[in-house]
Amino acid sequence: MNQNDRQPAETQDKNGPATGKVTLRIWRGDENGGEFKDYTLDAQEGEVVLDVVHRVQSEHAGDLSVRWNCKAGKCGSCSAEINGVPKLMCMTRMSDFSSGEPITITPMRTFPIIRDLVTDVSFNYEIAKKVPPFTPGPKEPDGTYRMAQRDIDRIQEFHKCIECFLCQNVCHVIRDHEENKANYAGPRFFVRFAALEMHPLNTNNSLGLLKEEMGIGYCNITKCCTEVCPEQIHITDNAIIPLKERVVTANYDPLAWLVTKIRRKTGRNTSST
Amino acid sequence: MTDTTSTPEHLTSPTLEESAATEQKPAKGPKMSHTDLPFVTHNFDVLVIGAGGAGLRAAIEAKLQGVSIALLSKSLLGKAHTVMAEGGIAASLGNVSDQDNWQVHFRDTMRGGKMLNNWKMAQLHAQEAPDRVLELEEWGALFDRTADGRILQRDFGGHRYARLAHVGDRTGLEMIRTLQQKAVSLGIEVFAETIVVKLLLDSNRAICGAVAYERSVGDFIVFTAKSILLATGGIGRSWQITSNSWESTGGGHALALWAGADMIDMECVQFHPTGMVWPPSVRGLLVTEGVRGDGGILKNSLGKRFMFDYIPPMFASETADSEEEADRWYTDHAKARRTPDLLPRDEVARAINTEVKSGRGSPHGGVFLDIASRRSPEYIKRRLPSMYHQFKELAGVDITKDPMEVGPTCHYMMGGVRVDADTAASSVPGLYAAGEVAGGMHGANRLGGNSLSDLVVFGRRAGLHAAEYAKSYQGDPKPDPGEIAKAIAECTKPLSKDHTAENAENPYKLQDDLRKTMQSLVGIIRTEHELTQALEEIEKLKERLDNIAVQGDKRYNPGWHLALDLRSMLAVCQCVTLGALNRKESRGGHTRDDYPTLDDELGKINFVIRQKGTELEITPEPKPQMPPELQKLFEEQH
Ligand SMILES: Cc1cc2nc3c(=O)[nH]c(=O)nc-3n(C[C@H](O)[C@H](O)[C@H](O)COP(=O)(O)OP(=O)(O)OC[C@H]3O[C@@H](n4cnc5c(N)ncnc54)[C@H](O)[C@@H]3O)c2cc1C
Ligand code: SF4
Ligand code: SF4
Ligand code: FES
Repeated sequence: MNQNDRQPAETQDKNGPATGKVTLRIWRGDENGGEFKDYTLDAQEGEVVLDVVHRVQSEHAGDLSVRWNCKAGKCGSCSAEINGVPKLMCMTRMSDFSSGEPITITPMRTFPIIRDLVTDVSFNYEIAKKVPPFTPGPKEPDGTYRMAQRDIDRIQEFHKCIECFLCQNVCHVIRDHEENKANYAGPRFFVRFAALEMHPLNTNNSLGLLKEEMGIGYCNITKCCTEVCPEQIHITDNAIIPLKERVVTANYDPLAWLVTKIRRKTGRNTSST
Repeated sequence: MTDTTSTPEHLTSPTLEESAATEQKPAKGPKMSHTDLPFVTHNFDVLVIGAGGAGLRAAIEAKLQGVSIALLSKSLLGKAHTVMAEGGIAASLGNVSDQDNWQVHFRDTMRGGKMLNNWKMAQLHAQEAPDRVLELEEWGALFDRTADGRILQRDFGGHRYARLAHVGDRTGLEMIRTLQQKAVSLGIEVFAETIVVKLLLDSNRAICGAVAYERSVGDFIVFTAKSILLATGGIGRSWQITSNSWESTGGGHALALWAGADMIDMECVQFHPTGMVWPPSVRGLLVTEGVRGDGGILKNSLGKRFMFDYIPPMFASETADSEEEADRWYTDHAKARRTPDLLPRDEVARAINTEVKSGRGSPHGGVFLDIASRRSPEYIKRRLPSMYHQFKELAGVDITKDPMEVGPTCHYMMGGVRVDADTAASSVPGLYAAGEVAGGMHGANRLGGNSLSDLVVFGRRAGLHAAEYAKSYQGDPKPDPGEIAKAIAECTKPLSKDHTAENAENPYKLQDDLRKTMQSLVGIIRTEHELTQALEEIEKLKERLDNIAVQGDKRYNPGWHLALDLRSMLAVCQCVTLGALNRKESRGGHTRDDYPTLDDELGKINFVIRQKGTELEITPEPKPQMPPELQKLFEEQH
């Protein structure tokens, strides 16, 4: 289940030609309910789950609703639950599954159904509106900004987020508690806040907002989000825990935030000269 | 902004508002008379169609001008094709090579485009790209850094100096997220998963609005607008082997054509030399040029670095002629000439094509791209993380140990809406275009990295001028209700037909047939005979389009969406083929087996396509003349 632990050896094995028939058991329906439908097709070499879903569309069910764009794990559109595990359909190879067993595909559970595998993820776009905009400090005399690579490595990790919302989907704070959605930003946005908070140029402070309105306190570090992240962002260790620490420190001592910022700025200057 | 709901019938009454009271709930489920569907009307000053790099940058600029704007996209916000861009954004910041400046960038761009480019666009692009990159940084983008903390730049094909600002190999993601967040912070109104099917013109043939549908519910929306900005991206989906996402169906190209806009250089389609070739399901997926920029080399099945055999005279003086010199170039740009692996894309794609056809290809019909034997695993993983991931996950290949197999893939559309260089205005009053949908900037072949910079340079200009046009607009735009009703009726036809009927056409099958046709007859190497045959095939496909019938109802129905996209795909493919038939020479991305060389006379003209009634008309027109001071840049050569 932990996708970060995948060994190269296992990947090599995926080359084995898949033969015979495969069955996809796809949830079909809308907000009023639905049912599983089985589609059996010939397996083809090297296919990912999304390929087979596409073949279901073109050969059996032209109206099967599914979101996708890049088919390369870059856009975060094709999130679903495959045999109960939240994944990108375009990055899940058919040869990962043992033959014979039907592969079950259901929409992400945390978001309202639109149709079939497509869910209404507008919750996330509403939260995004509440994140304060990046606000850089003054430029260097030559009109540019200077940042050392080692000071931005961590934030570049956060910027890898493809907004697949799989982490949001799996976070138990909202997965089974619709009522929490009003007061909770979720892991994707903790990553976003962490990126802002640790950006060497950013000047605004969101720690109060994180505590009061974004519900960072609800997170009890189960790490389920980190496990499903297709970009392998260390959501809990690198984003949430440091944010929690900062929120706590800032609460005891509002000056602490400022001091961390300044200290970091000094470090940056020494490293870039 | 006012919103109203009405049915086409109600529109014949004096005002749109009157009908608001008679809102019908759209019926769900089984077939109904689809022309009775109600629609909502929204009024905006400026409508930006497309939320990739160009659309987002345009929307930001228009919003800053104080006009009301809406931003539309086929997908969710942040998913547009731009997100896939890998290698970087070109700008002569001079952070790595301080000899770089806009003149050199301009010269590289024009020569890469085989001089077919609109010189003024190429000049503005080269001059403004650095400011636009710095602006992205000011809005939060984190590019990789040089040792002294500035933006790092990498080498890429056709660029004389290391010029591409980048974030590993996921530059597009950084760009789209930065622009997306900026747009959201400005409160720009976004209509995601909302697809425009027709532009509306007033009695003066000027823009007054657009008809769209919402994918999730299948309802129609009419937008009235004083100006409309197309930022709809490319057309690659019409080929079987492509790096493009499902969105790239030429929607904006077709909307412009149908609205009467001039389309130029439609024959100029870029085939990127390095797409994945195996396994079949990922065939065409891009392998960034950054692999070669960072040291990767192309080899044939004999292990030979074949690019040395394909150096064209135009680039001979600046290209290494031995492996030793080519390798030295990576560390010493001043004393060694660049490796031929980094010639412009058209040259490399043709070379690979020839190697494979001559029987020197790799097992799965490509050639080898080897970085494993040349760079350390750590370096490769740091510089090319998503390539590493992509090959590992999708092909089971570890690129730090083994070579990749690559071959040409349909990648980028140079041709498109003819625009004014300064304002991005098309020939239709009120219609603007920026990004991949606009033609002229890249001539016959685009250099890598020049698209992302194009998006922000001309996105900004288009947004500015579309807003200014809207501000000076007199009165209110008034679409013709008859036109709206007609557009909706056409769109709902595939839903009201019986998909089990004997002559019913399946949209997926039709798309397959179109993609096969374009791949085999209008691909990387073209001939008169095949192009003529392609035009006939396209005619037949258009007839079949009339019989398209789709399963299911109007709610999030991909079959129906495809049926509608096919109309644009066919229109655009017809333009490409017609252009290709008329350009009787080989230039950049357009290669004719029967006319294998450049023709100086044809180099002076653009082929312009216009729709007249139901027919396409193609006219050769002289391209704009470069002023002497710029001309000089091409004479003082090294
Ligand atoms: C894999 C890959 C890698 C690339 N790497 C690079 C690179 O490293 N550097 C570089 O410079 N270039 C690169 N390119 C090229 C570059 O990414 C594209 O040319 C560029 O992103 C196009 O941007 P755009 O804003 O014009 O359109 P897109 O990003 O394609 O966006 C088009 C938008 O229009 C919307 N749209 C289209 N039709 C309609 C309609 N009818 N109604 C409503 N909305 C509509 C779409 O939904 C989308 O939002 C790459 C391309 C690919 C495929
Ligand atoms: S670690 Fe926190 S954010 Fe992540 S899934 Fe668990 S509770 Fe949710
Ligand atoms: S943090 Fe990871 S799992 Fe969450 S949205 Fe981003 S990419 Fe997806
Ligand atoms: S389709 Fe883009 S991530 Fe799967």
